[in-house]
Amino acid sequence: MNESREHLQTLSDIRSMMERSSRFLSLSGLSGVSAGVIALAGAAVVYMRVGLSSYSGSYYGSVGNSVSRSAADQFFVTVAVVVLIAALLSGVFFTVRKARRQGQSVWNQTSRRLLWAMLVPLAAGGIFCLVLLLHNLIWLVFPGTLIFYGLALLSGSRYTVRDVESLGYCEVGLGLLALFFPGYNLLTWAVGFGVLHIVYGLTMYYKYERSPA
Amino acid sequence: MNDLLSRFNKAFESKARLNIMSVLMVNDVMSFNDLKDLLALTDGNLATHLRALEESGYIAVEKQFVGRKPKTTYRATEAGRTAFTDHLNVLEAFIRNM
Repeated sequence: MNESREHLQTLSDIRSMMERSSRFLSLSGLSGVSAGVIALAGAAVVYMRVGLSSYSGSYYGSVGNSVSRSAADQFFVTVAVVVLIAALLSGVFFTVRKARRQGQSVWNQTSRRLLWAMLVPLAAGGIFCLVLLLHNLIWLVFPGTLIFYGLALLSGSRYTVRDVESLGYCEVGLGLLALFFPGYNLLTWAVGFGVLHIVYGLTMYYKYERSPA
Repeated sequence: MNDLLSRFNKAFESKARLNIMSVLMVNDVMSFNDLKDLLALTDGNLATHLRALEESGYIAVEKQFVGRKPKTTYRATEAGRTAFTDHLNVLEAFIRNM
């Protein structure tokens, strides 16, 4: 009987070693929560400054003053960049903290693979959206970022916790949906980068990190 | 039962070797340093286990230079994959029979 338990233990060791060596498992749920909160704050700032409907498809028809339009665009892009940087920093912070607690290194083969898998769709999406901005198609930037970010998550999910895959599908679906409802762009963005991240992060946190008391 | 016991592969008796093979089953190539990080072994200890597996013909070693630094990488051979799978099958049969 004892021997049987020993063999079962061996099998579960093998399984965990396979998982640990091929997937980056130190991704913290809290980084999802913090990124979501930061994104919601950013959306709130944009909303207070320019209102909900500013980035709808009818936006260009209804606003005649091109000076205030480009000022609003600039304001929006600035906020978006600040949000992106703050979210990345907080995400890295919580993930590094989790890896340290697990006694594992952050920069290893699995994290390199994860980053590389995400980098290609993200870079393609980034360039695509910059060109949209150049062509003054800012309303398309909202669905565009959601779709490409979702694709990056799907591509990266092979190298980290499986739950990232579901988040990826949600982001892509939401991005596609947003294409049909351009009037709600700021809202879909707040849902995609804010609410979904928080839901995902909390799910992850309670599933993997909070040790059963 | 004794029949099953005799089929346990001696090369995988140590936990470290079993772990090395597990890692190499799911990763095409691993560098010495990545293995060391993952398994939390000392240089000498890891090197000994790797040499034993290499001598059994279960893993293949490749040495190259990245800039000036030597980089050693390891991969599982076909024989190693078969042996590892057989070992798992024996483990499974053993547990079923208990």
